[in-house]
Amino acid sequence: MPETGAPTRVLDPIARQQRRRHALYGWMLLAPALTLLTLFAFLPTAATFWASLHSRGTARRPSVFNGVENYLDLIHDPTFWTVVGNNLLYAGVTIPLSIALALVMALWADARLPLRGFVRGAYFTPTILPMIAAANLWLFFYTPGLGVIDSFTGLFGLPPVNWLGQPQTALWAIIVVTVWKEAGFFMIFYLAALQTIPPDLKEAAQVEGAGRLTYLRRVLLPLLMPTTAFIFINALINSVKLIDHLFILTKGGPDNATKLVLYWIWEMAFSYFDPAHATALTVLVLLVLGAVAVFQFTIVEKRIHYR
Amino acid sequence: MTAHASRHPIRWSEALDAVGAWLLALVWIAPLLFAAWASLHPPGQALDFSLASPLTFENYRAAWAAAPWLTYTLNTLLLVTFTLVGQLILCTLAGYAFARFRFPGREALFVLVLLQLFILPEVLIVENYAMVSRLALLDSIAGMGLPYVASAFGIFLLRQAFKSVPLELEEAARVEGCSWLGVLWRVYVPASRPVYLAYALVSVATHWNNFLWPLIVTNSADTRPLTVGLSLFGAPESGVNISIISAATLMVVAPLMIAFLIFQRQFIQAFLRAGIR
Repeated sequence: MPETGAPTRVLDPIARQQRRRHALYGWMLLAPALTLLTLFAFLPTAATFWASLHSRGTARRPSVFNGVENYLDLIHDPTFWTVVGNNLLYAGVTIPLSIALALVMALWADARLPLRGFVRGAYFTPTILPMIAAANLWLFFYTPGLGVIDSFTGLFGLPPVNWLGQPQTALWAIIVVTVWKEAGFFMIFYLAALQTIPPDLKEAAQVEGAGRLTYLRRVLLPLLMPTTAFIFINALINSVKLIDHLFILTKGGPDNATKLVLYWIWEMAFSYFDPAHATALTVLVLLVLGAVAVFQFTIVEKRIHYR
Repeated sequence: MTAHASRHPIRWSEALDAVGAWLLALVWIAPLLFAAWASLHPPGQALDFSLASPLTFENYRAAWAAAPWLTYTLNTLLLVTFTLVGQLILCTLAGYAFARFRFPGREALFVLVLLQLFILPEVLIVENYAMVSRLALLDSIAGMGLPYVASAFGIFLLRQAFKSVPLELEEAARVEGCSWLGVLWRVYVPASRPVYLAYALVSVATHWNNFLWPLIVTNSADTRPLTVGLSLFGAPESGVNISIISAATLMVVAPLMIAFLIFQRQFIQAFLRAGIR
């Protein structure tokens, strides 16, 4: 940003020289980070866009420019709509569910309970496990006939269910693992926010005769709004990013019932060797993430004004 | 309403809260507990949950013998160290530039950096793979770590930390003859130590657990980190049973888990501090 007073006053040569040196130092300090960002963020983004406009090359037929054909192929592919639908359901369920659970957990982890350290630790534990390990642990729950869930329901005479093997239940089984993994992480942010709320507020509410639910709805939730917005953005990004467990639990099956967008990108690029369509799909994801970024920057802006 | 009457319902709700909190906590660690149980019992009896079945460490022995875990662990340690050291150096320099230097284009550049919080390396796998291949870094620790080194989150965090350091401290150091880099090293870095600790913990936990990108970049046991090794191990084609998978899974999560139990308070504090923007 140009300094506001600069145009009205003539700078003496020494000040000008110092300013130039200042700028030079700034750029030098930034150079290493900018180099890597260029190599692994800016160039790949541009290359992704460029590649998405070219056909899939083969040994015989090299890839040629084909405009939006890859995008049209995607739109006409029923799998595309299945995958988008899956991801929307995945986001639509995991985001509100993990945020609500995180809030409940934070309220409990903040309350004066016996064994509070254990409770906090237990909620937070899934956060530090790799998603691959988490998937292995849950495999144990979902195994048909033998798994923990079926052993339990078997006690009541219910038949075994192949939770991961049938399209009606598989995505829900995946969703449960995701919520389990991320709720404890989001709890931490609520916990931090709760600790900044003065205890007099609660006492005042009690004196006024407000019940717990009223206090939660009228006092806590509005005060936690900025935290909720922050967690919401994180959960939104996670609903694109968190796909590691698919590699263990379902590999996108049965019949594409659990295939999510990023998993499909990986599959197209590295199993079917079709970078043309993989990059077209990547561009669509980047557009969505870009929209999220714009949304976030306006919210952050609002928060700053609020303060 | 008398004080006596109003106290009773509160105590009731407190008891309910405690029971609810404990139940949820139990449900939350149940997957780990079941895996621990299965890993300590013979495969046939893993899911009986009868206290009569004998304890055994055979599953751990079998899991340990079935894959080069020591190499995987070493690779994970190298990956985590490489990434963290790179991040600390680059993000310190960049954060310093954004916090204390004025130059044309600074604001625009900062927005570009922030944009990387959303343009995740995970999403750019196709072209990042091409880039790593062009740089001849496939199947190497550097190839796994480099895309994460210029971390937008780290730059943002350190810029905030440096901005909150009082300018008088810098001027005092300057009077004593410190250079630009000397000021950074003697004033800004020590003043931001808690932020460094928080960022380091978050970074280590993230990259210890990262899977998709290492899976894509590696193709030999010599470079594979623990997560990729574990995913191959657990594959149904490999024909290992659930007791051995449980044992392997617990072995893989054990180091971070033990560190977490020891440093639980610092760990949660670190996440808290890193999360506040």
